[in-house]
Amino acid sequence: MDLETLLSFKWSIMAPEFTILITGVIVSLQDLFYGNKRLSSWLSILGVLLAIAFLSTQYQHESVSILYDTYIFDEVTFFFKIILLTGTLLILLMTSPSWDEETERVRGDFHYLLLAALLGGMIVVSSGDVITLYAGLELLSISSYIMVGIRKYNRNANEGAMKYIITGSLASAVTLFGLSYIYGLTGTTNLFDISREMSAIDTQLEPLAILGFVITFVGLTFKISTVPFHMWTPDVYQGASTPVAAFLSVVSKAAGFILIARMLIIAFTAEPGLEQGTVYEYGVGLIAVLAALTMIVGNTVALRQRNMKRLFAYSSIAHAGYLLIPLAALTSFSLETIWFYLLAYMLMNIGAFAVLHVLIQNHANEDMSIFSGLYHRSPVLTVMMTIFLASLAGIPGTAGFIGKFNIFLGALSADPARYVLAGIMVATTVISYVYYFNILVQMYSRPAEKHANLQVPAITWVTVGFCTLGTVLFGIFPNLPLQFFNW
Amino acid sequence: MGLLSLFVFSPIVGLVLISLLSNNSSPKIVQRYALIGGFIPLIVSWIVYFIYQRNNRLAENFSWFSYETDSRTLVIDYELELNGFRLALLLLTTLIVTLSILASVKDIKKNPKLFYQWLFILELGMLGVFASDNMFLFFFFFELTLIPMFFLIGKWGHVEREETAYKYLIYNGLGSAVLLIAIVAVFIQAGNANFEAVKDYMSTMDDQAYQIGVIVAFLVAFGVKLPIVPLHSWMVNVHVYAPPAVVMIHAGVLLKIGAYGLLQFGAGMFPETFPLLAVTLAVLGLINLLYGAFLALIQDDLRKVFAYASVSHMGIILLGIAGMNTAGYQGAIFQTISHGLISALLFYLVGVLINRTSTTNLEKLGGLWTTAPVLSGFFLAAALAGLGLPGMSGFVSEFMAFLGVFENLPVFGAIGIIGIILTAVYFLRAILNISFGKRKGKALDKMTDLRNLELLPAGVLLAFIILIGVYPDSLGQLLQITLETFVAGMGG
Repeated sequence: MDLETLLSFKWSIMAPEFTILITGVIVSLQDLFYGNKRLSSWLSILGVLLAIAFLSTQYQHESVSILYDTYIFDEVTFFFKIILLTGTLLILLMTSPSWDEETERVRGDFHYLLLAALLGGMIVVSSGDVITLYAGLELLSISSYIMVGIRKYNRNANEGAMKYIITGSLASAVTLFGLSYIYGLTGTTNLFDISREMSAIDTQLEPLAILGFVITFVGLTFKISTVPFHMWTPDVYQGASTPVAAFLSVVSKAAGFILIARMLIIAFTAEPGLEQGTVYEYGVGLIAVLAALTMIVGNTVALRQRNMKRLFAYSSIAHAGYLLIPLAALTSFSLETIWFYLLAYMLMNIGAFAVLHVLIQNHANEDMSIFSGLYHRSPVLTVMMTIFLASLAGIPGTAGFIGKFNIFLGALSADPARYVLAGIMVATTVISYVYYFNILVQMYSRPAEKHANLQVPAITWVTVGFCTLGTVLFGIFPNLPLQFFNW
Repeated sequence: MGLLSLFVFSPIVGLVLISLLSNNSSPKIVQRYALIGGFIPLIVSWIVYFIYQRNNRLAENFSWFSYETDSRTLVIDYELELNGFRLALLLLTTLIVTLSILASVKDIKKNPKLFYQWLFILELGMLGVFASDNMFLFFFFFELTLIPMFFLIGKWGHVEREETAYKYLIYNGLGSAVLLIAIVAVFIQAGNANFEAVKDYMSTMDDQAYQIGVIVAFLVAFGVKLPIVPLHSWMVNVHVYAPPAVVMIHAGVLLKIGAYGLLQFGAGMFPETFPLLAVTLAVLGLINLLYGAFLALIQDDLRKVFAYASVSHMGIILLGIAGMNTAGYQGAIFQTISHGLISALLFYLVGVLINRTSTTNLEKLGGLWTTAPVLSGFFLAAALAGLGLPGMSGFVSEFMAFLGVFENLPVFGAIGIIGIILTAVYFLRAILNISFGKRKGKALDKMTDLRNLELLPAGVLLAFIILIGVYPDSLGQLLQITLETFVAGMGG
């Protein structure tokens, strides 16, 4: 590759990625030489804001493919990057004031890891090639392992990190193994070429293609924590600090979903509306079964949880189950549905985690009782938390309801209509009412353990307020994001 | 924002008013502001009534959102529209909510601010349900009533309040789950969520099996709310353990969403297919009527008697609908409104009674007449209205409902009459038990009668009951057009 070709690429389209990369480097150097954690935090926030600014200039930009189709920019990447960047920004805002003793004792900090993980996620979103896709995935995963384990004086953190790294690397290996089959069958690593080869595949080789797909898919489900690879989730969330848990449950999961959607929709020619590939037809049964199991397991096990992080871990498993439905029932608005749900999920879940973060720091405890009497201690925060929980439960007036409605609509309008999946979804949603309402009961009906008014850092209000606003706004005016998506 | 939207969202004024009060304000002040907040929707509802009377049409329509699929667009608009039936229910809602605020004055001592906040959200949801003209919007508001009601039961109720609240949540959650499936299934077919548009689409569609499937789903969904017998156990608990002020709303308005939904979604959207279910509805109605009546006979708690009386009265609504003709529908609608008023009155009186005696156990009560003649007089009047004494709203509704059934399904009508007799027996048994006989308990000795402001809610409700009873046309002329549209689409 000579200099001329190198310069001929439209590098400006990668500006958000470069911004994150450079910020990450600056933050790590800053940490090395000055070790000022506050500064790291502000630098990271600034970097992500700048990346969002660069990204927003690309709205309605035409599709671009550079570096020999390994990096692609199209509307899908644009919209999903918004979720990754905004999610990370909100998490950074939520952590910035929280310098408890534990963070001070740990050398190094997690800001550049967070940025590295974000970069990994963004590369996953933009990859047009299996190799870069895998590289991005590993960047995301390895940074996440360290982030979970960074609280090294905490037993739960050590346990969680260990579990995470072992199961995570196993899953990566499985993915790679599956990809090797696909490579063997098609002789290419480019997603679009794979798609072309797969559609013209020899019928004798089809079983192999299906095997390759199943193995790859199973490996990838680890990231989105669906059954049967969900076991790590509660332990890891419990061990990780609350912001990291929020990152894993929102940003990392979003990246995982985009990855799966891309593999499925591009590589296996399950182009919505077009003739679907044979592999997809076989694979879709698997996805449907996993979706059903994930919804059932996540929602029923969550009923028994008292530890709030574990409860939200199971809740996030359940939401992963809902999100698999649009993939099992592909329609022309599946991607839109996934995107909207991830957007809503980002807002409501990060909002809930931010409230959780404040309370966990206030009580040094993760039991459900930290919510008791919250209405008397901070009515405004309680109302906001109520909105997040209502949204997670799918009560109308919130973005979560519209998200579920979209999924539901997709499931019933797909061909063939997935009545069973839709039925399981609404039934498990009703089950989820119980554990979300348990928290509401704690907040409104139980006497408070502490009576002092809750001190909420000013910047946390920014996160929580933003999430509340988004959750309500998109719940009442779903046309805003939906029109935005169909530029 | 048109008048209708302003009306539907008018409880927000009360909500904001209450929220602005400081946390330490005394219950009295909170209640005063809650009352002001309650009067606003009430006044607006009567303004809406007079405007509707003049124009005979009141509607609003904004485009909301839509989905593009390969071949067509699925449209969901924000549509509110009134008709006589809806208007009657809206007037009932604002009236009962206001009276319930009055009733709660002595009842709700714990954290009144929060209580009224939830109450106004609940009112918002109920007004939205009755004003919306499309399935999606209906569901939107329908689900919105879930959270406030959960707390009103769970936080301010009696003994088993939390179990009851969760039971309420699960039953109604599953009911709405079925409702959502049915709504989406219809929506995808018709491409539009508007009631009228769905009706037009369904009249051109031949797939009868599909239509019956959807109607059965609606029947189950609204059967939970109404409730239809095997699905009723949550509602008895709510009647018994929720605070009486909340039960006024629950029995007076929330159960009516079931009846309204059944008529609007069944008769309103599938006028041709719905009559095929006449016999099913009649059977269910009979079971409700008789099962409720027999169980009401043997209860030893006044609240349980009234709870099963509600079950029984809902059977009459089902029977009326099963008539599938103008008289039957009119009877069902009259019964809906009439039962709303009567049960609100009954539970208002129960609230007053609990306040003074802290019990509703029939064995511990007696001789109420000697110390509180006005209260026991109202009890008797409410019971007479409930058992269908001519001159009161209950009679008109039952008469018309049975007229409808006898025309098409005389056998069911004949059996149903037994229920009417039982109704008289259980109501009189309970009321005579508490009013007459030997005076029991110390609480009764120094008990005060209904006085001053307490008379107002009871008086107003009774006045409406008698008005409808003596001059049924006051309600009937509102319903004419609605009834015509329900019946007009029926083939043959």
